[in-house]
Amino acid sequence: MANAVQGFAALGDPTRRVIFERLSRRPMSVGRLASGLAVTRPAVSQHLKVLREAGLVAERTEGTRHVYRLDPRGVQAMQAYLDRFWSRALSAFAAAANEENEQ
Amino acid sequence: MSAVPTSGIQPVRKSVIVSTSAERAFRVFTEGIDRWWPRQHSIGSSPLKRAVLEPRSGGRWYAMLEDGTECDTGKVLTWDPPRRLVLGWQINAKWKFDPDFLTEVEVTFTPEGPRRTRVELEHRNLERFGVEAVELRKSIDSPGGWGAILEAFATVAASEGEAR
Repeated sequence: MANAVQGFAALGDPTRRVIFERLSRRPMSVGRLASGLAVTRPAVSQHLKVLREAGLVAERTEGTRHVYRLDPRGVQAMQAYLDRFWSRALSAFAAAANEENEQ
Repeated sequence: MSAVPTSGIQPVRKSVIVSTSAERAFRVFTEGIDRWWPRQHSIGSSPLKRAVLEPRSGGRWYAMLEDGTECDTGKVLTWDPPRRLVLGWQINAKWKFDPDFLTEVEVTFTPEGPRRTRVELEHRNLERFGVEAVELRKSIDSPGGWGAILEAFATVAASEGEAR
């Protein structure tokens, strides 16, 4: 939970926010990320490091390229909550639907 | 049920079997939503009086509260009875209705017999909670901020036990 809070705090920087939003659409290499931004490639790498440390972004190596993608832990709290919420809601729905059949 | 998500955030998926027809199951899920919608999840200023899902494409999905106010949850995106329903969940990470925020909840009703229906639910686009939550930065440390919301989530989660 504390991790999620830290993660969202890391998104306070506008450039990091843009990087995060672009990675939420699809995984990308540093070079590709930098080509669409008004900052240098080393600066993008630095932002990615902050995002990684916050648990928002994960890296994997494909050959010689480092490809970045969103790390699921960043929104894990909301996801876990909704998972439990829908379990409870569907149980209640099933009870109501089964009752319907008996009428 | 849908395309593979492009991000690392997996949708929430649930499935339940009900002993009634798809038609009736669809009706209970939609027009009968007040019969089963969890009471303790009202996001408004007072307790939930009635949950409403308007039975048409573009219909409102909202709650009538005991103090007379209404509280939106989202809207109907696809109305295709009795097999498929797509709802827009527009409650953001600040736990407030936001017309500019949308995640999708797809529900399908598949007959498995005359009185047996499989109901599958997928809540997707959850990565949008992360993108949207950046706006929380300023309120993270304030009372009622993100930290408090997470605590509330944890409390609810802990009290629910194993419902799946």
